[in-house]
Amino acid sequence: MTGSTRSGTGLGRWTRALARWETVLLLALLGLIVLGNSLSPFFLTPGNFSNLVAALMEVAIMALPLTLVIILGEIDLSVESMAGLASAALGFMWAAGVPLQVAIPIVLVMGAVGGLLNGTLVARGGLPSLVVTLGTLALFRGMALIILGPRGVSNFPPAFTELGFGHVPGTVIPWPFVVFLALAVVLGIVLHKTWIGRQTYAIGRNAGTARYSGVRVARLRISLFVLSGTIAALAGVILTSRLSSARADAGQGMTITAVTVVLLGGANIFGGSGGGGDAERAPSRQRDGRGPEHRPRAAPDPVRSHSIHCSPDQDGR
Amino acid sequence: MAEAAVGARPARRNWLMAIGRQRELTLVAIMFVAGAGVSMIAPQFLSVSNFSQVAVLASITAVAAIGEAIVIITRGIDLSVEAMIGLVAYAVARSLELHALDPVAAVAMGLGIGLVLGMVNGFVVAVLKVPAIVATLGTLSIFRGIDYVIAGPHQVPLAGLPAGFSDVSIADVFGIPIFVLVTVVVVVVGMVLLRSTRFGRQVYAVGSNPEAAAILGIPSRLVVFVAFSLCGLLAGVAGVMWVMEFGTINGTAATGMTLAIVAAVVVGGVNTLGGSGTLAGAAIGALFLGFIANALILVGLSQFWLQAIYGVVILVAIGSDQIIRRNVQRANTRSGAR
Repeated sequence: MTGSTRSGTGLGRWTRALARWETVLLLALLGLIVLGNSLSPFFLTPGNFSNLVAALMEVAIMALPLTLVIILGEIDLSVESMAGLASAALGFMWAAGVPLQVAIPIVLVMGAVGGLLNGTLVARGGLPSLVVTLGTLALFRGMALIILGPRGVSNFPPAFTELGFGHVPGTVIPWPFVVFLALAVVLGIVLHKTWIGRQTYAIGRNAGTARYSGVRVARLRISLFVLSGTIAALAGVILTSRLSSARADAGQGMTITAVTVVLLGGANIFGGSGGGGDAERAPSRQRDGRGPEHRPRAAPDPVRSHSIHCSPDQDGR
Repeated sequence: MAEAAVGARPARRNWLMAIGRQRELTLVAIMFVAGAGVSMIAPQFLSVSNFSQVAVLASITAVAAIGEAIVIITRGIDLSVEAMIGLVAYAVARSLELHALDPVAAVAMGLGIGLVLGMVNGFVVAVLKVPAIVATLGTLSIFRGIDYVIAGPHQVPLAGLPAGFSDVSIADVFGIPIFVLVTVVVVVVGMVLLRSTRFGRQVYAVGSNPEAAAILGIPSRLVVFVAFSLCGLLAGVAGVMWVMEFGTINGTAATGMTLAIVAAVVVGGVNTLGGSGTLAGAAIGALFLGFIANALILVGLSQFWLQAIYGVVILVAIGSDQIIRRNVQRANTRSGAR
C-alpha cells in the first residue's frame, strides 16, 4: 500500500495488461471489418466508413473523459442528459437570436457548471456518484425539456452544420473525428504522462491512501466531473450540428453506450485500473453508521485494514 | 420500526438521527403538507378517486422498488428492472392475445419469467462476479433486445386481452384497490422476510460489511443471488400489473422506469451504499413520487417539469441523508476517539 502512488511497477503492469487487451480489441475490430467487407460490397467504401465514423463520434467523445472518471472510481451517468441540455440550450438561444459564436461558449460553460454540481456533491458532499448522477440525469433532461419543450429548432446556418456533417477539405474524414482524435491525444497524454493521470489512478486504487500521500482528492474529483460535463456539452453541440436540429431529447440512451465503450476499452468499473482494483476498490467506498443494529460500529476489518481508508472520503478533502 | 426503538434510548442529541430513521414518517408528513397546498389550487386532488388512481399507478413502481431495495441493501444495484418488466408484460399480453394460456397460467408464466431473468442477473453477479452495475447494464440491453426481437413492431391491443383481465387494476376489496393490497402484502411479506428470518439478517449483514459477513460464515454469494432473484420475481409481478393497468403493450413497455424505481428506493431512505433501509420506505417512496406526478398535472404544470423535479428529489433525498449521517457521526466522534 505504501508508495503505490509513486512506484511505477503497478502502473507498468497495468499498462502492459491494457496493451494486450487493446490488441485483442483491435484484432476483433479488424475481424469485423473483414467480415463486413465479405458480407456487403458497400461496407468498405470511403463514404460508408465516413458516415459510420461520424455517427459514432458523439458517444466516442463522451467516453473519453468518462474513462478518466471511471478510472477515478466514480461514474457519470448524466452525460447523455447534459448533451440533451446543451442541444436544447443551443437551439433555444439560436431561436432567440443569440449568435452561435456566443451561444456555443455559453453552452460549454453550462456543461462545466453541471459537472461542477456533480463533482461538488460527490467530492465535497461525500455522496455516491452513481446516485448523484442518476439524479442529475433526470435533472438535466428535465431542464432541457423545460427550456425547449417538444419543439425542435433546425434553421442553423450551413457553417455550423458543416462542423458535424462536413469533412476535412479534400478527404473523407469527418470533422467530429478530428475533434475526437485531438481530445483523445490530449487526454491520453494527461492520463499516462502527467501527475494528473498518476493521481487519478492513485485515487481510483485507494482514495484513502492517495489522500494521505498528499493527493488533493476532492479537487481532482471535481475537476474530472467538470471535464466530463463540459465535453458532454461539446458532444451535444456536435450532435446538434450533425443532425442540424436541436431537440430536448437529443442524446437519449447514449450513457449506456458510452459506459459500455469505456468498459470494453479495459477500464475497471471499480476504478484504479484493469486488474486487482475490484478487491481494493469496493471496501474503500465510504461506509458509515446508519442503522447501527445492522452493522457493528467500528467493527474490526479482519481481512484488510480498511477502516482508516473510510474516513477521508467523508470529509472529502 | 426497530430503529425507532433503538433511537429512543439516547434521546436528546440524537433527534436528528431519529428523524433520519423515520424516513417513512417524514415522507408521509411532506406529502400531507404538500397535499394541503396542492388541494388549495386543485380541490379534486383530495378526492377518493384521485387518491386511489395515484395509489394504483404507484403500486407498480412500488412492487418493483421493493425488489430493487433488497438488491441495493446487499450493496448491489439492478438497472435491468425496466427491461424485465417490459419483457414480462409483453410475454403475458402476447400469450393472452394468442389464447395460448388462460389468464392464471399467463400470470404464473409472467412471474416465472421474472424469476428466471432475476436468476440470470444473480448468476452473473454472484457466480461470475461481474460488478452489479456492469452486469445489469448488460442485461438491461439483452432483456430489452429479446423483447424487441419477439415483439417486433407488433402491439397487443387492449381488445386482445381476455374480458375482465384489465379490470383487475380498477377492482377493489372493501374500497381498497387490489393493486394497493398486492403492494401491502408484498411489503409485509418482504419486511417479515428481511427482519425476522435468517436470510433477511444475512441480507443486511452482507450489505453493511461483506468482509465481516464472510468471516461470520455467511454465504454472501448465495444471499446476493437470492436478492437478485427476488428482484426479478417482483419485476415479474410489476410486469403483470403493467399489463392489467395499461392493456396496450408493445416492445417498449416500461422504458425508462428504472430511474423512477431507483428514485423511489433512494427517496424511501434505503442507503445506496448498502446495509440499511426498509422495504416500507421504498414503497412509500414510490407513492411519494406518484403524488408529485399527480400534483403536477392537477396544478397545471407541464409534464416536462416532472423529470427535473425527480432529479431534484433524488439529490435532496441523498443530500439530507448525508447531512443527518454527518451530524450523527460528529456527535459520536465528540464522545469518543476515532
